[in-house]
This record gives sequence, C-alpha cells and structure tokens, in this order.
Amino acid sequence: MSASKRSTIIVEHLRRQQMLDLISVGKRLQGRALDEMRPLEIEVDIIKKANGSAKVKLGDSEVVAGIKVETGEPFEGLENKGALIIQAEVLPIASPHVEPGPPDEDTIELARVVDRGIRESEMLNLDKLVLVPGKIVYTVFVDCSIINTDGNLLDATSYAVVSALLSCKLPVFEIHDGKVVDTGKTQDPPLTTIPVSITQVRIGDTIILDPTAEEEACMNARITITTNSESCYAAIQKGFTGGFTIEQIKKAAETARIKGEQVRAKLQELTNKNG
Amino acid sequence: MSQTRSLIDKQGKRTDGRTVEQLREVKMAVGVVKNADGSVFIEFGKNKIIVAVYGPREVHPKHMAQSDRCVLRCRYHMSPFSTDTRKNPAPSRREVEISKVMREALEPALMLEDYPRAAIDVYVEVLQADGGSRCAGISAASVALADAGINMRDLVAACAAGKVDDKIVLDINDTEDKEGGADMPVAYMPHLDEVTLLQLDGILTRDQFNQCFDTAVEGCKMVYEIQKQALMQKYFGNETEVKEEVQ
Repeated sequence: MSASKRSTIIVEHLRRQQMLDLISVGKRLQGRALDEMRPLEIEVDIIKKANGSAKVKLGDSEVVAGIKVETGEPFEGLENKGALIIQAEVLPIASPHVEPGPPDEDTIELARVVDRGIRESEMLNLDKLVLVPGKIVYTVFVDCSIINTDGNLLDATSYAVVSALLSCKLPVFEIHDGKVVDTGKTQDPPLTTIPVSITQVRIGDTIILDPTAEEEACMNARITITTNSESCYAAIQKGFTGGFTIEQIKKAAETARIKGEQVRAKLQELTNKNG
Repeated sequence: MSQTRSLIDKQGKRTDGRTVEQLREVKMAVGVVKNADGSVFIEFGKNKIIVAVYGPREVHPKHMAQSDRCVLRCRYHMSPFSTDTRKNPAPSRREVEISKVMREALEPALMLEDYPRAAIDVYVEVLQADGGSRCAGISAASVALADAGINMRDLVAACAAGKVDDKIVLDINDTEDKEGGADMPVAYMPHLDEVTLLQLDGILTRDQFNQCFDTAVEGCKMVYEIQKQALMQKYFGNETEVKEEVQ
C-alpha cells in the first residue's frame, strides 16, 4: 500500500537553511542558476551485446539504458502494433539508501513516467514493427539501470532511453515457412520525434530546474513535463506531496518548452552522428 | 493514438449525449460503510467506487510511525469484475502508481501534523470502472476524510479533461479515453488555489494545453459543489435554509 514517507536523504538543518536562503535570492548551493540544468553527458553504443545502449550523466546522476529486441505476441487491444516495454531499476550500487528487492513505488512511478513520455509522443512508430498482423510483432525492451543517484532520475532516465533509441539498430526479422528468422541484418528504428522530459520542483514559492538529491529532500512538489519535437506537450506527471498554483503550472509548462528545445538540440547531435 | 470513428457528432453531442463542457452525472452518498470512520459511495457516470477511511489510528508496523505527524496510506484497487476483461486482483503497476498519486493529491489538504504517531488509511475500491476512476476516487476520498472528522484545509476536487476529435472536452469517459487523443486528470483545492494532481498522456499544443487545463479546473469546481452538497446532505439533511446559513 502506498504510504507517505520521509526522504531517505537527511539534509542537515544548517545546510537546508543555507539552501533556502540562497534560493530566496535566486541562487543555488552549487552556484547554478534556478533554471540551469547540470551538465549532460551522453555516451552511446557502450554495450555491444545490446541492440542499442546509452550511458547518461546528468550531474552526478548516472543511468545506463540498454535495448534488446525480440519477437513476440502483440499486446491485447494493440494487435497491429509492435510492443515497447520500458523498465527501470535503481541498483543497490547507486546509493547507500537503496536495498535490493522488488521495485518500490518510486521506482515504479519512475519507469511509468519515462515510459509515458516515450509512448505518448510516439517516438518509436510501433505501427512499423509488425511481422504478422495480430500474431507476431517486434518486442522492444528498454531496460534502465540507475548506477548512481543524485536527484532528477526522471529526466536522466528519460534521456538515457531516448539516446539509446536514437542510436540503436534493430535486427531485421523475417518470416520463412511460418517461422521467425533473424536475417543477421540491421535496420534503423522507425523514429518520429524526440521527446524531452523536463523536471522542475517547488521549494517554498520558488521553482527550480533539475534538482539534486539534496534539493529533492527539501522540495514541496515536483512536476515533470515531456514535449515532442514540435514543442507540443506529450506527458505530464505532478509528483510529491505538495501542490502548485494554476499560475505556477502554466509557467512550468512554458519553461519545459524552452528548456526542452535546448536538450533536444543536444540529443539531435546523436542522430546526426549516427546517420 | 489513432482515431477510427468520430466521437463528437454534428450537433456537438458526445457518445453519451453530453456537450463538450458537461460533466457526467455524479451521485455521492456519505457514510455508507458502517465500520469505517468515514466513507463515501460515488457514482461518477458509470464509475461506481466505494471509499472507506480508517483512522487516525495506531500505526502497524510500528516502525512506519512518524514522531511529528500522521502517516497517510492509500490503496487504490480495482475489483476483478470492474473492467471489460477480468482484472487480476493482485495490485498492478498501474494501481501502485495511482495509489501514490492519489495519496499525494490528498495529503496537502490534510493537517497531518495534528495526529503525530498515528496513521490514516484510505481504501479506494473501484467496483465498476468507466474512465476517470482516479479522479472520482480522489473526490470521494476527500469527502470520506471529511466524514471521518480529519482536520482539513480544503476539499480536494478532481476531474479530467481531454482531447476528442481535436476538441477539448470535460470529463472524458472510457470510450473517449481509449479512442480519443489526450487525457489530463487534475485535482484542485479551489479554496487554496492549489493543484495537487496533474497528469497528461497524449499530444496537446500549447493553446490546447492551456484550454484543457482551464477546462479541467472548471470541472473540479463543479465537483467541489457536489462534494459540499453531499456533506451537507449527511450532516444537515435536506433543508436548504440551513445550507445557505452554513455557506
């Protein structure tokens, strides 16, 4: 059952006060601006056994995403679409607060929100991943391993998935005598857009971008907004126990469009290199 | 999501005969579960949901207790017979997420600091689902919490808006959710002007987003009135004079 709990990270009272004091005059502990993201580093194709992979560092948050493609039955109700399955795991190596075991609700939410952004933007054109309509389709697994946590795992994980998809090569399967055969050839994935997730949190009355773990421990509310290449909204998730005013939401939505384009330009470089 | 048929006819009527700005019929009965400290049965269109609140009460397991505030626990669950194809009764990942966002939508309304070392449990059981069950569940749960006598800052009213046939419509139903273009559930505390739940799936342009969000907030305000009526009905009976005095 879902229960309210305190952040597992404890921020000392003095440090918390220092953070709040700085934020009230428009500054942050690491000297970042309120609407400034941490440096984003992306490496692709790091796992040769995978059909696509990426390692993303957003500040000190670090995520590896790997793509494995198989064939299988389509999902019920989506008979003429390939299957896309995005999952995430916060590994026990990622921080002293993580324990091995089944995913907790935060991890389930993380995977579902990342999935929603990719799925609703229709980044991967699943209509083109069908072998035998209604019977056999491509099944694309994107698994994300969080290997170090320092806040904003939502965006870091989303960028890792997008980077892996942008740089992956899908195997070409064919049907011979009713059986699926891997031809050994590869193809570019049918991509339509580049979704970008932007997470903002409210601390007191101030909204800041790309929070660290320390900032998340002091946040009142969180909002994650995903836009597509046309700067349309594709997915939103408000999180954590506080709320936002209507004005704050509308402003956050604008910020997500503007910042989203900056991140998208960086992700776009991957396709240019790849293509 | 690709649309196969028109969901709004030439007269502007939707599949269930509503206009684009019309809410489904909402009925709320307060105090329906005898053993619970607070409870509500809500019918939101074809949604039938029962919410029971237990607490504030002792926390089990004890290590979950917080020394300075109450722990709020929330469980959203769909009965196996609530959907078209039988739903496995084990909690799905969807239900885990909805339980979480529901709790986070309700928590800002509650004065949890008034009940240290205690727990409040909110159980939301969906008997019949018809799209928008999380919103109906939140709206009913906040009334059930009030019925349980928990100190609150405001009621949380929830309602979805969405995009159907490229038009923004209020309170989308099951068909519109599955075949339409976008779904945006919103929970809002009208008195405090605070949005406590906001989700979106589906594509919206900037103008559509603003329109959809405003539409959903208007829907929340309509639900808010129904919530107040339901509480008034239980505690003051049907007398309109009393009602006005209280307002």
